[in-house]
Amino acid sequence: MFGRQFFIDPSRCIGCESCVNACAECDNHRGESMIHLDFIDRRQTTATVPFVCMHCDDPTCAQVCPADAIKKTDDGIVQSSLKPRCIACSNCVLACPFGIPKVMVRQEQMMKCDMCYDRTSVGKKPMCATVCPSQALSYVSLEEITRGRREKPTNVFYFGKQRVTTKVYMMVPGTVDAMSVDVVDYIWEDKA
Amino acid sequence: MAKAPLHPESLVERYGPNPNYTPSGGWQKGSEAPPDHLVKTHCCFCGQQCGIQLKVRDNRVVGFEPWDEFPFNQGKLCPKGVKRYMQNEHPDRLLGPLMRASNGDFRAAPWDEALDFTAKSLRAIQEKHGKDAVAIYGGASLTSEKSYLLGKFARVALGTRHIDYNGRLCMVSAGTAYKMAFGVDRSPNPWSDIPKAQVVLVTGANVAECAPITTDYLWRMRDNGGKLIVIDPRMTPITRNADMYLPVRPGTDVALMMGLLHVVIRDGLTRPQFIADHTVGFAEVEASVREWNPRQTAELTGVPPEVIEKAARLFGGAERAIALHARGIEHQSKGVENVLSLINLCLATGNIAREGAGCMMITGQGNGQGGREHGQKCDQLPGQRSISDPAAREHVAKVWGITPEEMPQAGLSAMEIMEAIHRGEIKGLLSICFNPLVSLPDSTYIREALEKLEFFGVVDFFLSETAHHADVVLAGSLQEEEEGITCTAEGRVVHIQQAVTPPEGARNDWAIYCDLAKRLGKEKFFPYKAPREIFDELREASRGGPADYYGITYEKIDRNLGVFWPCPTEDHPGTPRLFEGGQFFHKDGKAKFIVAEYRASGDPVTEEHPIYLTTGRVVSHYLSGTQTRRIGALVDQYPEPRLEIHPRLAEAHGIANEDWVKVTTKRHQMTIQALVVKTIRPDTVFIPYHWAGLKSANQLTHRTLDPRSKIPEFKVSACRIEKTVAPPGWSKTAKTPGRSQHAPKRELRVIQ
Repeated sequence: MFGRQFFIDPSRCIGCESCVNACAECDNHRGESMIHLDFIDRRQTTATVPFVCMHCDDPTCAQVCPADAIKKTDDGIVQSSLKPRCIACSNCVLACPFGIPKVMVRQEQMMKCDMCYDRTSVGKKPMCATVCPSQALSYVSLEEITRGRREKPTNVFYFGKQRVTTKVYMMVPGTVDAMSVDVVDYIWEDKA
Repeated sequence: MAKAPLHPESLVERYGPNPNYTPSGGWQKGSEAPPDHLVKTHCCFCGQQCGIQLKVRDNRVVGFEPWDEFPFNQGKLCPKGVKRYMQNEHPDRLLGPLMRASNGDFRAAPWDEALDFTAKSLRAIQEKHGKDAVAIYGGASLTSEKSYLLGKFARVALGTRHIDYNGRLCMVSAGTAYKMAFGVDRSPNPWSDIPKAQVVLVTGANVAECAPITTDYLWRMRDNGGKLIVIDPRMTPITRNADMYLPVRPGTDVALMMGLLHVVIRDGLTRPQFIADHTVGFAEVEASVREWNPRQTAELTGVPPEVIEKAARLFGGAERAIALHARGIEHQSKGVENVLSLINLCLATGNIAREGAGCMMITGQGNGQGGREHGQKCDQLPGQRSISDPAAREHVAKVWGITPEEMPQAGLSAMEIMEAIHRGEIKGLLSICFNPLVSLPDSTYIREALEKLEFFGVVDFFLSETAHHADVVLAGSLQEEEEGITCTAEGRVVHIQQAVTPPEGARNDWAIYCDLAKRLGKEKFFPYKAPREIFDELREASRGGPADYYGITYEKIDRNLGVFWPCPTEDHPGTPRLFEGGQFFHKDGKAKFIVAEYRASGDPVTEEHPIYLTTGRVVSHYLSGTQTRRIGALVDQYPEPRLEIHPRLAEAHGIANEDWVKVTTKRHQMTIQALVVKTIRPDTVFIPYHWAGLKSANQLTHRTLDPRSKIPEFKVSACRIEKTVAPPGWSKTAKTPGRSQHAPKRELRVIQ
C-alpha cells in the first residue's frame, strides 16, 4: 500500500525482542536477525530501543564502501551489500551513525535490514512492524501516526556536524524538531 | 517408589531441556520450497491466545506467518509466539512411552504394556485403599475438550474425588472473588473496551512481559487521552509510560485498595444511584475502609499519602475507568480479598458492566479461562457448575450416563493433594500438563511427596523435571497436533486447528485417556472418535450453566473469529460484555460488596529474614519452562534467573551487579547472580520462577494458601541475602541483555 512509512517509537518499546526473533524468520536471511535491540541502561531503567536500518537519503555506509557494494533502490531502500562486490571489510559497520550493518561471518558479506522488501513490495507490512506488540515499530501513514500520539515523527538527525535525513522516522517528544546526539548541544557552557 | 533415577544428568542428556535453534528441515530450506499450506490457529502459550498462522510442509510445522485478520492481536505476537513452532520436530520430543527398568532407569516400552501397567497400578491402589487414594492432575494449557475429558475420566473412569489442575496456581483467586461478587467467573469486558477507558489502573500485572499484546490496548487508551496508573513493587516496562506509579509493598495490596476507596468515599466520588440499584453490602464495606485514611495506608503500603489521594481522585473522577489485575495481587494468602477490594473500588465508582468501564482479570495460561470451566477443577462440573449443587449433579450425571449418587463430591486442590500424599492418603497420581516440581511452592516438600507415591504416571510431550519421578511416561501431543477449543482472557472461545498429526510413537492426549478408560472397564462412557465428539458432549453438559457453550460450534467460531460465552443457542451471537444493564449472575441480579481485611503474609518479614522476596515471570519464558527452556532463541534472551535488587539494598550487603548472592528463607537457600536495578523497591528482591533444580525460585517459597481459593503465596516471602561465590552448573559469564547478545559470533580468520 502506498503512503505508509516506518516509525520507531522507543518510548513504547517493552524490550520483548519479538521483532528480533521475527526478523530471523525472513526467507531471505533465515536464522539471522537484522534488528538491534538496545537496553539503554538496565540499572537505571527498563528503557529499550529497537533499531531497524534508518535507510538514509545519502547513506554513510555506501559513501565509505571501498567496493561500491551498497546500493539504494529508487524507492529509498538501502540494500544489503552486493555479494559479488562485498569484501567484508566492515567499513560500513564502523561508519554507520546508527550502528546498523553487520558483517555476517557465514555469508561473508554485510547484511542489514531492507525493510522486508519481499513483504512491502506485495502490500504487506514489514515483519517486525507486524508482530511488535507495543507499537514501538509501526508501518502506517504519516496522518495515522500523528493523529493520536503526543510524540511526533522526525527524520532529521545531527551527529556532530553531519546532518542525516532518513526514510525511517523516529518518534520524539513533541517539542523536538530534530534529534541531536551531540552532548555539546546540551551543555551549559555552549549556551552561555 | 517414584524416586528419580540416580543420574539426572543422563536424563537431561537424553531428554533435555536442550535448546533447539533450527527449525524442521534447517534454516536454509525455508526459501527453497513454499509451505504446503498455512493453518489459521492460535498460540500455544498464554491466555491472550493470539491468532497465528502456522506454515506446514510434509506434516511438519516449519514456520509461522502473522494472521492480520484475527481481531484480538491483528498479527501482533510476542517472542514466545514467534518461536513456538520450534517445538515441532524437537530433538527432546518423547516418541513413545517410558517405563522404569529394573535398575531404576527409564526404558522405552510398547504402548500396550505402558497403558496396561498404568491402569493396573491405579486399580490396585483403589482396590486396596479406596477410590480416593488416586488423584488426577490436569493443566490449563489443555484444550477445553481435554479438560472436560479429564474431569469425566477422574469421576467416571476412576470414581475419585481428587482432580485438580495447575490453574490452581493461576486464576483461582480471581475466579473465587468474581463468583462471590458477580456470580460468575469471567472478565466482564472484552479487551476492545480498554482503549475506551479514561483511566486504566493496572495492579499486580506485568503486562509487558506476561500479556505483551495488552500493551497495545493500553497505548491506544493513552492516545485517546486516557491515563494509566500502575501499582507494582517493580517498575515493569509499561510503567515508563504510566501517568502515576504506586510502588506498593509486597502483600499490602488490600490495604492500598481500601485506602483508595476511603478517599473515593470521603470526596464524594461514589455513584450512590448505581450502588442502590444494583448492589448489596455497601454499608459494611464503607465502614471497613473508614480507618484506612491516606496516612495509615501509606505507612503500611509504602505509597505516599498524596499519591494515594491523587490516584483515588483520578480513578473515582473518571466517567469510565477500568481496573486490570493479574497474579501480583492474586498469588497471596489473601489473594481473594485483594481482588474483592479492587472489585469494591469498581462497584463503588460504578465502573462495571459498561463500555470502557469494568474490572478485568488478565487470565494467564493458554486455556486458563476455558480450562477452569468444564470440570478439571476439584469443586466444579462442566459449564462452571458447582459440584455440590444437586441440580448440577443431576444434569451432568445424566449427560454422562451415571446416577447423581455415583458422582463423587468435591475433592482436594492441587497443593492439598501434595499434602494428602505426605499423609499417605493419596498413593497414586496421574498427571498431564503440569510440572509441580517447578511450579508449586517449597519444592523440597513437593519432591518428598512425589517420592512417597506408590504409582506416578505422567502424560507429556517433553520429559519435565516432575516426570523424572514417574513410573510411566506416556508420550502425548503438542497443541498443534489436536483440534479443539480454548477460551481466551476476554471470554472469547477460539478454535485450535490440528496443523499436523503427532509424530510416530506419540499419541493424541484424548486417545490416551480413552484407552485408559477402556482398560478400567469404562469404555462405554468414552466412545469418542475425535475431539469434535467430546466438544458436542461438552456443549450439552454446559447447557444452562453459567458458562453455557451450547450455541457454540467449531464452524461458528471460524465464521465469527471467536464466540464469547454465554452462548445458549445456535442463533445467539455470544456475549462480549457481561452484566449489561446492571444484571449480575446472582439470583437477585445484584453485585455483592464483600468486606476484605488486611492480614499479614503467611511468611512475614522478621529480624532474621528482613527482606521481601517476590517471584514472577520474564517475557521469553512460559510457566515452568518445560517448553520455552527448549527453544534456543528464548533461552538466549533470558538464559538463567537473576536476582533483581535495588542498588541501595545491594550496597548495604556489599553486592555489585553480577555478584553471586545467597538468598535464604525459612525453607531453603539458593545462589543466584545479582541484577542491580533501580526498578524495584529497596526492601524487596525478585526472582523469576521458570527454572528447575538449583535454579528454581520455588525452593524458597512457602506453602501458605489462600483459605478460599487455595492459591499459594508466591508473591510474598521473607528472606535474607548475602554475597557469596559462584556455584557450579551456571554459565560462567553473565549476559547483558541487548544488542551484544545478538551480534554475530565473530571468528578470527587468518588470511594466508
